[in-house]
Amino acid sequence: MSAAPGRPEEGSLPLRLTAQSANGALKSEAVIELRDVSKQFGPAPDAIARFGVRMGWMKPPRVARAVDRVDLQFTRGEVVGLVGESGCGKSTVGRMVAGILRPSQGTMLYRGQSVDAMSAAAARQAKLKVQMIFQDPYGSLNPRKRVAQIIGEAPRVHGLIDGDFDAYVDAQLQRAGLDPAYKRRFPHEFSGGQRQRINIARALAVDPEFLVCDEAVAALDVSIQAQILNLFMDLREQLNLTYLFISHDLGVVRHLSDRVAIMYLGRIVEQAKAVEIFARPNHPYTQALLSEVPRITARHRTFAAIRGELPSPLRPPPGCHFHSRCPHAMPRCSQEAPVLREIAPGHHSACHLNDSN
Amino acid sequence: MSASTTMPVLEARGLSTHFVSRGGVVKAVDEVSFSVARGRVLGLVGESGSGKSVTGFSILGLVDPPGRIVGGEVLFQGRNLVGLAEHEIRHLRGNRIAMVFQDPMMTLNPVLRIDTQMVQAVFAHQRMSRADARGRARETLAMVGMPSPDEQLEAYPHQFSGGMRQRVAIAIAMLHRPDVIVADEPTTALDVTIQAQILAEVQKLAREQGTAMIWITHDLSVIAGLADDVAVMYAGRIVESGTVDEVLDSPAHPYTRGLIDSVPSSNSCGERLRQIRGMTPNLRNLAPGCAFRFRCDRADDACTRDPPRVERPLGHAFRCFHPMTVS
Amino acid sequence: MNAPESLAALAPDESSIGRFWREFASSRFAVGGLAVFCIIVLAALFAPWITPQNPYDLMQLDIVDGRLPPGSASAAGYTYWLGTDEQGRDMLSAMIYGLRISLGVGIGSAIVAGIVGTGLGLIAAYFGGRTDAAIMRLVDLQLSFPSILVALMILAAVGKGVMNVVLALVIVEWAYYARTARGTALVERRREYIEAAESLALPKWRTVFLHLLPNCLPPLIVIASFQVARAIALEATLSFLGLGVPVTEPSLGLLIANGFQYMLSGKYWISLYPGIALLVTIVCINIVGDQLRDVLNPRARK
Repeated sequence: MSAAPGRPEEGSLPLRLTAQSANGALKSEAVIELRDVSKQFGPAPDAIARFGVRMGWMKPPRVARAVDRVDLQFTRGEVVGLVGESGCGKSTVGRMVAGILRPSQGTMLYRGQSVDAMSAAAARQAKLKVQMIFQDPYGSLNPRKRVAQIIGEAPRVHGLIDGDFDAYVDAQLQRAGLDPAYKRRFPHEFSGGQRQRINIARALAVDPEFLVCDEAVAALDVSIQAQILNLFMDLREQLNLTYLFISHDLGVVRHLSDRVAIMYLGRIVEQAKAVEIFARPNHPYTQALLSEVPRITARHRTFAAIRGELPSPLRPPPGCHFHSRCPHAMPRCSQEAPVLREIAPGHHSACHLNDSN
Repeated sequence: MSASTTMPVLEARGLSTHFVSRGGVVKAVDEVSFSVARGRVLGLVGESGSGKSVTGFSILGLVDPPGRIVGGEVLFQGRNLVGLAEHEIRHLRGNRIAMVFQDPMMTLNPVLRIDTQMVQAVFAHQRMSRADARGRARETLAMVGMPSPDEQLEAYPHQFSGGMRQRVAIAIAMLHRPDVIVADEPTTALDVTIQAQILAEVQKLAREQGTAMIWITHDLSVIAGLADDVAVMYAGRIVESGTVDEVLDSPAHPYTRGLIDSVPSSNSCGERLRQIRGMTPNLRNLAPGCAFRFRCDRADDACTRDPPRVERPLGHAFRCFHPMTVS
Repeated sequence: MNAPESLAALAPDESSIGRFWREFASSRFAVGGLAVFCIIVLAALFAPWITPQNPYDLMQLDIVDGRLPPGSASAAGYTYWLGTDEQGRDMLSAMIYGLRISLGVGIGSAIVAGIVGTGLGLIAAYFGGRTDAAIMRLVDLQLSFPSILVALMILAAVGKGVMNVVLALVIVEWAYYARTARGTALVERRREYIEAAESLALPKWRTVFLHLLPNCLPPLIVIASFQVARAIALEATLSFLGLGVPVTEPSLGLLIANGFQYMLSGKYWISLYPGIALLVTIVCINIVGDQLRDVLNPRARK
C-alpha cells in the first residue's frame, strides 16, 4: 500500500486563511502561523534499516502521520478552538505551536518570521511568548518542587524578574486566583482545580502573549471547570492573550472560541467562525459531531450514532479520511482527498459534496 | 409518574457506607435513598468525591475495607442485600445485578480470548453446553451492536479499541439478562462519536429488555439525554432527586442550579459562566449541616443543621432550607 | 471574581519524610538491619577512638603476641577478645579498620559509579537517537562481561591500590545505574512537566538534572543500596585473590585471605571473624535495600 495519500494537485499552493481582525482591518498580522505543516512519528530509521530498505530486504517503517499539511493562523486576541477525537492530531498541533515539537515538514512563523530562520536567542524569545496549559493537572507539575520554584524558575532563568523574587511569584499566584500564602507547598497538597491554577500561573509568569490550552479543563469537575474557563476569559481581557483552545468538548469550545477548526485523522476538515460553524456545519463529520454531543437541554433523546470506529492514524483510509464512516460517501471520496475550500466568506470545508452543489 | 406506580426493581433506603481511617471517619455515602423501576434509567450525578461510585459499589456489596456499609438497606425485588452472605450475593452479582466500570479492563482479562471469558461468565451462573454458551455470547455481542460477533469472539481484549472493549464489557454484563445494571462512568473515557454509539445501544437495551439501569456519571448532559430519573449527590448525600425534566428544568437545590449553570453549552457564548465558588469540602469528619453551605450564596445559620427532605409533586425531592423556586 | 481559593479543606498532610519513615519502619526486620548497619558504619568512622590498638602502627605490634586465640591476654596486659593474627595484630582492631576500607571502597565506588551512570543514563533517555544508542551499546558491552573478570583485568593493568580498586569497581558498576536511570527517565520524560520545562525554554541541563533527575531517584537509591553490598563483596573477592588493596591497608577480604592458610591448623579466628563481619554488613545492606525497594516502588505497595 502506498504511503499517505497526498493532495490531488501537487504543487498547487495550499489555501491560506486570513482572519479578519476585530476592528475591521483588512488583514491583521498573525501572531503565529502554521504553513503546510506536517508531523510524523515513528522511529527514525538507523543506518542498517535504511540500508535494508534500499536493498529491498525490509519494509519501510510505518510512520504515524499525526498532522497532515495543516494551515492555521492566529490573529492577536483571538480564541481559536481546535476540535477532534482522540488520535486526530490536535494535541500535536498544539505542541508544535507551543514549540515543544518541531514540524517534520512545513514552516511555523512567529510574527511573520520563520522560527527555523531565527537566531537561537530570538527563537527562545518566540518560544516563551507561547505557553501551554496541559490536560493533566497532576502530571504537569514537577512533584518534587515547591509552588514558588515551579512558578519562579523560568522567569528567574530568563531574567524576567526585576525586583523581589517573592513579590513576583506572589503576583503570579494572585493573578491565577491562588493565595500566595501557599507558595511553600508541594503540588500534591492541592486539588485538581488549584493545580490547574498553578499551571496557569507558571505559564503566565514568563509573560506570554499566546496560550495553548490542551484539554485544559477536561480532567476537572464541572463546577471547577467553570471557574477555570472564567479565569481564561478574564485573563484574555486583562492581558490581551491569544488562545488555541484544544478540546473534544464542543460545548466548551463553542463557549470560548471566536473561530473553530475541526480535525479528523491529522487533517483540518472544516474551519469557520464559531457562530457560523455551529449554525451551519458543512462537513459531514462536523454535522455528526454536533448532532451527537449530549446537551443538557436535549431530553430523552434517541441517540443515533454515526457508524464505525475511529480508524487508526497509522492506517488512515485513502482519499477523504472520513469516507469509511460518512453517510454521504461516493466513489470519489475513497480515491481523492478533498481540498479545504472556501464555501462561504471565512468558512472553509474539505468535502467533495461541495463540488457537486 | 410511572415510577411511583410500578414496583421498583431495586431500592436503596437510608444506605450509609463509611470509611474509617487513622484520620477519622469519611461518610462516603450518607443516608442515601433511591429506587429504580423496570426499563427505567436512573442517573446518579455528582462530582469527584460525591460518593456516587461508592454508592454503586455498595449496591453490589463490593466495598473493600476500610469501607463498610454501616446502615440502611438495598432491596432487590423486595429482598435486602445488605448483610447477605457472600455466596448469596455472589449468586446475584453478574446474574441478576451486573456492573459496568469506567475502565472495561476491570471486567476483561487481558490474556484470555473474548469467547473464553464470555463462556466462563455464562457458566458462572448457568449450566448449559459449551456450544449453547458460545451461542449466547455471540447473540449478546450482536445485541450491543458489535459488528461481526463471530470474529470478535476469537479476539483478545488488546486487539480492540476502547469503545469496543466497553461494548464487550457491557455484553458480559448483559449475558444473563440481568434485572439491574449499575454502570459507573462507562462512557467518560470514550470519544464523542463512540460515546453516542454506546449510549444508543444502552438505550435500546433498556427499552427492549426492560433492564433497570443506574447510570453513574459526572456529566449532566448525558443524563439529560439518557435518564428518566436523576439523583444529584453532593458530599455523600442525595441533595435532590426527581424526574430529569423536573430536576433539570426547575432545580430546587442551589447546588443543582450551580451545576447546570456551570455547563458551558447551557449559557450564551462568550459570557462568564455562573460558577460555583470554592471547592468540594473534605469529607473527613465533616461537620453536620448542609455540606454545600460553604459554597452557597443562600446559606445562613439555619444551614448548620441537617436540612430535611422536602417533597414536591411528581416525586421531586430535595434537601435544602432555601430552595431556588417556590412552586 | 476569582477569590483566592482556600486550602482549609485540605487536611494537614504529614511530611513526606515522616510518611517515608513510617512505611520503612513497618518492617521490624528492616529497622533491625538499619540499626546494625548504622552501628557498623559508626564503628568504622570512629575506629581510631574505639579500637584498643592501631593495627597500622607497627610500633604497637608485638610478634610475640602472634596467633593468640580469642580471649588471650597481651604482653601489655589487655585482652585480645577476638585473638590476633600472625603479626600479633589485635583482630578486633584490624577488623574495624578493615571495615573502614571495605565500606569506604564500597560506598565510594557506588557514589562515583552512581553519578557517572545516572548522568549517562539520563542523557541517553533525554536526548535519545544516536546519543542513546551509543551509551546503551556501551552498557550492553559492559554488562556482557562477568564483573569479576572485568575488575581483574583492570587491576592487572593498573596494579594494586585502594584508588585503583575504586576505579575498577566504578567501571564495573556504572552500567547498572545507567540502565536503571534510562529506564526510569524514559517514563518520566513523557510526563507533562518535562514538556512544560521545554515550553518554558529552560536550559537542557536544567531540565535533565533539576527536573528529570529528582523524579528518577527512588529506583536509583534502591539500586545504589544493592550495589554498595555488591561492591563490598567484589572488593573482598579481589583482595582475597591478592589483586585488591595493598597489605599495608588490609580490608576484610584481605584479612580473610591472611587467615586462610591457618584455617586447617585450627586457628580459625583469623579468617572467621572478618568473614562474619563481611557477611553481617552485606546482609544488613541487602535487608535495608529490600525494604527501600518496597517503600519506594509504588507498584509493590498494597
